[in-house]
Amino acid sequence: MQSFKYARPESLPELLELLEKFRDRARLISGGTDLLVKLQHGNLAVEVVIDIKRVAELSDRVVTTNGWVSIGPRAVIGRVVRHPGIESAYPALVEAGRIVGSVQIRNRATVAGNICTASPAADTVPPLCAYDARIRLVSTEGSREVPLRSFFVGPGKTVIAPNEVLAEIRVPAPHGAMGSSFDRITRRRGVDLATINIAGVLHDNGTAVFAFGAVAPTVVVAEETSGDLCDPTVSADRVDEVLKTLLATARPISDVRSSKEYREAMLLVAARRVQRTALERLTQARGGRE
Amino acid sequence: MNEMTTVPIAVTINQTRYDVEVKAHHTLLEVLREQLHLTGTKRSCGEGECGACTVLVNGEAVNSCLVLAAEMDGAEILTIEGLERNGELSPLQQAFLDRGAVQCGFCTPGMVMAAEYLLRTTPHPTEAEIREGLSGNLCRCTGYEGIVEAVKHAGRETDS
Repeated sequence: MQSFKYARPESLPELLELLEKFRDRARLISGGTDLLVKLQHGNLAVEVVIDIKRVAELSDRVVTTNGWVSIGPRAVIGRVVRHPGIESAYPALVEAGRIVGSVQIRNRATVAGNICTASPAADTVPPLCAYDARIRLVSTEGSREVPLRSFFVGPGKTVIAPNEVLAEIRVPAPHGAMGSSFDRITRRRGVDLATINIAGVLHDNGTAVFAFGAVAPTVVVAEETSGDLCDPTVSADRVDEVLKTLLATARPISDVRSSKEYREAMLLVAARRVQRTALERLTQARGGRE
Repeated sequence: MNEMTTVPIAVTINQTRYDVEVKAHHTLLEVLREQLHLTGTKRSCGEGECGACTVLVNGEAVNSCLVLAAEMDGAEILTIEGLERNGELSPLQQAFLDRGAVQCGFCTPGMVMAAEYLLRTTPHPTEAEIREGLSGNLCRCTGYEGIVEAVKHAGRETDS
């Protein structure tokens, strides 16, 4: 592996000071499952790797507060998907998180890291976008909040400034009944990257939000308000028609994992599955409310 | 706190404490094998795809090729060398031998450690849970059947 220095700040001010000093010559490590692969390949210009695991202000927990669920930047995927508050309200995130990498990867990799790596194929990103998650960033200049939907600039690129750190992932609590689901297409079941992935969230008021991964340089989010995707009496043909208008925003390409044509075909297949499961869940949630 | 090129760490490996200086850019796998000569843990892909380097860190199965040794200060690590008791193989290790779960043997230490983690978290796994629990470990010889049988058998044994 290429050589670099290692720093282990014990507090947020110490971490921010290091970031000010090294700017883009520094990389943060929590799980390290993406970073170490890049460092092994020697294709990152890194002078110092900063370990954030001792920074108490950066939580490793999931906390449910009034109207929000807060996922700490050091919370590992394996724990997040087993959190009761996540399991009960955000099944699409659970379904996505459960298939990231392998058991060993999920024990180490964080949701925050999956986001910050900014891979177009990241599995936890479409569900979090569909749930309209916000990202809180902090630096020596203060704190700001960014919708996850506008967080990505391109493959591997985000709006994070070199002196900023992701401090919190905030997911709004559902207002009213909600049904959601996630699906992905891969070449093999374990330890593979998504050929495409999709999350769908159906709201009681008729709004449908879909997010697609691996079909454009960044995640694509499409919203629809006709109510047809949230209505169990609507015909399959009409559902297909609406899904196709949503999918028109995807811009798949051909690469090592799939051809453009296969991606386009599988998008509709996966979108149908996601809509069907999400609608079942929405119907259940509506029933449970009476 | 300074940036370091070598990092002093105190780790407990298989219940023995080690105080060592490690290079900032060395992985846990490199330090286990090259510095501490615990060569039971294997290196194969070096990027988290094959699971041959699986060890338990603070009770969690991880790929030791994707962990910096410097991150391990204060950690408790269990490697394949730590499973035996008084010179006897653990029931899980014995089950691997009894069920023909070993052919060339290179994946075996990682496979056993992934199975050890599975049985600690799910003492009586179903076949589906075993296959899911071992999906981060590749074996090019056995076709996995013997391995799944061994873990199933070891899971039953822990009952008595």
